[in-house]
Amino acid sequence: MSNVPADLRYLKSHEWARLEADGTVTIGISDHAQQALGDLVFVEAPEPGRRVTAGEACAVVESVKAASDVYSPVSGEVVAGNADLGGQPELINSDPYGAGWIMRIRLDDKAQFAAMLDAKAYAAALAAETH
Amino acid sequence: MGLRTPLFDTHVAAGARTVDFGGWDMPVNYGSQIEEHHAVRRDAGMFDVSHMCVVDLRGERVRNYLRRLLANDVAKLTQPGKALYSCMLRADGGVIDDLIVYYMDDQWYRMVVNAGTRDKDLEWLRLQASGYGVAVEPRLDLAMIAVQGPNARQKAASVIGPALAERALQLGQFFGVEAGEFFIARTGYTGEDGWEIMLPAGRAAQFWQQLRDAGVAPCGLGARDTLRLEAGMNLYGNDMDETTSPLESGLGWTVAWEPQDRDFIGRAALAAQKADANTRKFVGLLVEERAVLRSHQKVIVPAVGEGEVTSGTFSPTLQRSIGLARVPAQTADRCEVEIRGKLVHARVVRPPFVRNGKATVAL
Repeated sequence: MSNVPADLRYLKSHEWARLEADGTVTIGISDHAQQALGDLVFVEAPEPGRRVTAGEACAVVESVKAASDVYSPVSGEVVAGNADLGGQPELINSDPYGAGWIMRIRLDDKAQFAAMLDAKAYAAALAAETH
Repeated sequence: MGLRTPLFDTHVAAGARTVDFGGWDMPVNYGSQIEEHHAVRRDAGMFDVSHMCVVDLRGERVRNYLRRLLANDVAKLTQPGKALYSCMLRADGGVIDDLIVYYMDDQWYRMVVNAGTRDKDLEWLRLQASGYGVAVEPRLDLAMIAVQGPNARQKAASVIGPALAERALQLGQFFGVEAGEFFIARTGYTGEDGWEIMLPAGRAAQFWQQLRDAGVAPCGLGARDTLRLEAGMNLYGNDMDETTSPLESGLGWTVAWEPQDRDFIGRAALAAQKADANTRKFVGLLVEERAVLRSHQKVIVPAVGEGEVTSGTFSPTLQRSIGLARVPAQTADRCEVEIRGKLVHARVVRPPFVRNGKATVAL
């Protein structure tokens, strides 16, 4: 079973997001997503300063098996991409909710974050997907 | 639900992720595909390959039957247990399947065919057998486990009993030996030394556990694919199928043209292709950028034409993306591949990429 931390928000497309104290949102892919992709080999995170729109594909994670887009759950400005993933893409496999974060975005509208799935709803979506 | 091998429950209990492969529910990995890959390159790994189909062919005229049926020539097999890799072709030269055939004795050959092609292979084998009085017997009672890696034979030898171990350790490359309930062959699909072991299905789970206890790592089809691709070995359905010939699939070396009077099925079509300077060729590709080759990506050879990637992956050993591709005959040493909307440079190389743990292409 995959791990779905209760304090995060999610998209059905398997991104997670955490609202930080400074008003930015940290984004990554869920434990379920990393398991499904298998060992990650390349990660292309967006450059700081880039404007992104909710629903936009703004990062790429590529595993031994397949390449997959990562969608931003919110609109805003990218403040950081995780530079460590350049040399250690496997951080997403080993610590998807921690050291494997992909990007940080200063969001325009907190309502977009609030509209994301909570852990219970995401877990239910996963259960529906696998049955 | 797909077909299941006798080891299915063992895989699930070990935490394997399973995937459909040719109608079979097979383990793709037990955690990390890359760690499983390295286990085979550096030590010893094992694969459940029971989905592949063992077929025994018996009859007084079985040799002549196989000389007609296969593009490679079983007349090369003169010592019992010796194996031969061959394509089985349609009359138009398209590949029905690629397979290994063992010469057991003058009236008995043993063949191993792919899982996804089993039914059509058996149909074809039986259709062609009628004029030769050959009995075609699929051995659904057998399981098959491949142990591969520099330490695989020694580790597996420790669990098969001293008498069999002594005989199996003496096997030359591409030889097999039958002893009691086991058939052990020094063959594989990884570019490493090792054995493929056939045994009664009912004994498979216990034997798998013994191998595990001896330090052989369970590996899934994910690692099997990256290993075979590094080794420059074709995968049926990806790299060749009924619409492509062995000459367009890097398998020209498996076609036995001599003796000239051996009329194997597909010979005339292959001869015409061989004489045609525009017959597409099959090459290895190596990408230096951070992008991964995948099957069906378009290959562009400037001023020459286009081709297609037939298999692609990230090579855990080389830490680069590698692939196999079918390209125009005039392709030289460079091309471009369209990867996710971008053109990426690739070097054209001669497979294999890795053999016995070492790179065989310049990086």
